[in-house]
Amino acid sequence: MMDWARHLIIVPILLPLVTGAALLLIDEVRHGLKALISMTSTLLLFAATLALMRIADGTPVGNDALSWSYAIGSWPAPFAIVLVLDRLAALMLVLTSVLAIASLGFSLARWHKAGPHFHTLFQFLLMGLGGAFLTGDLFNLFVFFEVTLAASYGLLLHGSGMFRVRSGLHYIAINLAASLLFLIGVSMIYGVTGTLNMADLAVRLPTVPPDNRMLLASGTAILGVAFLVKAGVWPLCFWLPSAYMAAAAPVAAVFVLLTKIGFYVLLRLSLLLFGSEAGELTGFGGMVLLTGGMATVAFASFGVLASQAMGRLAGYSVLVSSGTLLAAVGMGDTSVVSGALFYLVSSTLSTAALFMLIELVERAREPGADLLTVTMEAYGDEIDLEEDEPAEVGVIMPGALAVLGICYGCVVLLLAGLPPLSGFVSKFAMLTSMINLDGLGSPMEVPARTWVLVALVILSGLATLIAMMRTGIRTFWAPLELIVPRVLVVEVAPIIMLIALCFFLTLAGGGVLNYTDAAARSLHIPASYIGGVLESVAPPGNSEAVPR
Amino acid sequence: MELTLSIAIGVLTGSGVWLLLRPRTYQVIIGLSLLSYAVNLFIFSMGRLRVGAAPVLGAEGALEAGYTDPVPQALVLTAIVIGFATTALFLVVLLAARGLTGSDHVDGRESR
Repeated sequence: MMDWARHLIIVPILLPLVTGAALLLIDEVRHGLKALISMTSTLLLFAATLALMRIADGTPVGNDALSWSYAIGSWPAPFAIVLVLDRLAALMLVLTSVLAIASLGFSLARWHKAGPHFHTLFQFLLMGLGGAFLTGDLFNLFVFFEVTLAASYGLLLHGSGMFRVRSGLHYIAINLAASLLFLIGVSMIYGVTGTLNMADLAVRLPTVPPDNRMLLASGTAILGVAFLVKAGVWPLCFWLPSAYMAAAAPVAAVFVLLTKIGFYVLLRLSLLLFGSEAGELTGFGGMVLLTGGMATVAFASFGVLASQAMGRLAGYSVLVSSGTLLAAVGMGDTSVVSGALFYLVSSTLSTAALFMLIELVERAREPGADLLTVTMEAYGDEIDLEEDEPAEVGVIMPGALAVLGICYGCVVLLLAGLPPLSGFVSKFAMLTSMINLDGLGSPMEVPARTWVLVALVILSGLATLIAMMRTGIRTFWAPLELIVPRVLVVEVAPIIMLIALCFFLTLAGGGVLNYTDAAARSLHIPASYIGGVLESVAPPGNSEAVPR
Repeated sequence: MELTLSIAIGVLTGSGVWLLLRPRTYQVIIGLSLLSYAVNLFIFSMGRLRVGAAPVLGAEGALEAGYTDPVPQALVLTAIVIGFATTALFLVVLLAARGLTGSDHVDGRESR
């Protein structure tokens, strides 16, 4: 492999870091320049992540060279921090950069001027996400988690206002407490096994003496709780809808990914540490994830039905998708995980599109005219959104309401999982493999809890459909006073881009499923990940830099 | 020594959790600080307690005597820095909430 390609893996961390730091030096009034630099950097990040995905997809499945690691500073693997690239990490990275482009584009209409250092915080958030997806070290994961969260605290408060500050307060308090749990879990694992490298941990786990197993299991359980808080599992999710509703639209769109980090880490760790080689700890926590996921789906479906404000509805649909994903991890089966990964991509893109769409649609409503939104108004949500209305410059979208209506319809199809869009394809892939664990037409008995999960997933789609139809009719067909919103092309373009991507996912469904299949299969062979990390060699060309 | 440390961690955690569940923002932030002290001590103790040992290998590289695990100390240092930064940020948000809502209740208004 060429030398530059080897170093490409660190680009998703370094590029946003350098850009974010450089943006600090530019005066706050030069919005145009800041936006240009930030957007260029994000586009470059997208190119880099695509290249990484190609590299990851090039490695053959079933072979030992499935994942591909990079020793930072050329220190050998178990002693220093490594970055690991495999198909799952590459998929998450590409998803991150696509969402980043969309929401950054959306923010250019006016949100990026609503407060200081928007672009810097945004880039640091991307850096944290990139690092969290790439790192192969538990404590390094904590550091990148904190980078992401610190940036997200700033972004959540972006635009200020009473509602934002109040939900920001809850969000920060809960995440700080969860981070402390993370630290306790990590240090317990270190205390028992003496390593923080995930691959090394997977090697040492079966050799842990039996009297220490309980301690190790409690350590991983505490660690798991920290991720479950971030993923928003019931009953640790009550902060999520308010926080996501309070966030500015482009911020909320990126925040959709934050819940997916919890899912990502749980998926990675449960398959790596508690795979078939883990002895009596095999499948540890699977049942908790499955039931927790099912409870989350059920709770979020009621939440979706009960939501009056559209922002809250979108917040609950984030919970629906994260509950479905967690239950899929709990099942742990290869083809279920593959379908879940497809669902992850599709639901993330469509929920992000929904968050951005909501802001545009809310402009079409006369504040206070809709009785049902009165409660939301009382919380002071709308007031601060109107702060710089006259400052809008740009091309106004013609036929705005029609375009918004069509986009809304597409998002409804995607989130409810109706054909023909990718929401249906992904749910179908997941559900078929749930009830046919051995492939189609197998005589294997399907356990009752799987049927419950299948029913819950379908019913959550129905709940989403009902709630979103109701809101859609109220907004587009039967408003008490119709106002055609002033919508800029630059605001609609990202939404159309995200929906077009979902169309693409539908058309290229076979290819995408092949990719997620390969990703899921490689996750189920922990040996390939371990081999990729522990047998990594120093990058060619600077072997003299290997320390003694 | 183990007993003293465990009691200290336990007392800090207990008070931290209790304060975290209180309705005033100031109590919450003090609770979070106490919890993070407890967690820092806990991480430190996970490297096993040793008196009078430096976290560096001797010239002979002898492992048995006079050596304590340096990794938890590095972890504690990182955790302290991150905890400090996030507590400072939380303090700013707390003041902003106090200014905007006119109340130091975590929900921005008194519960009745």
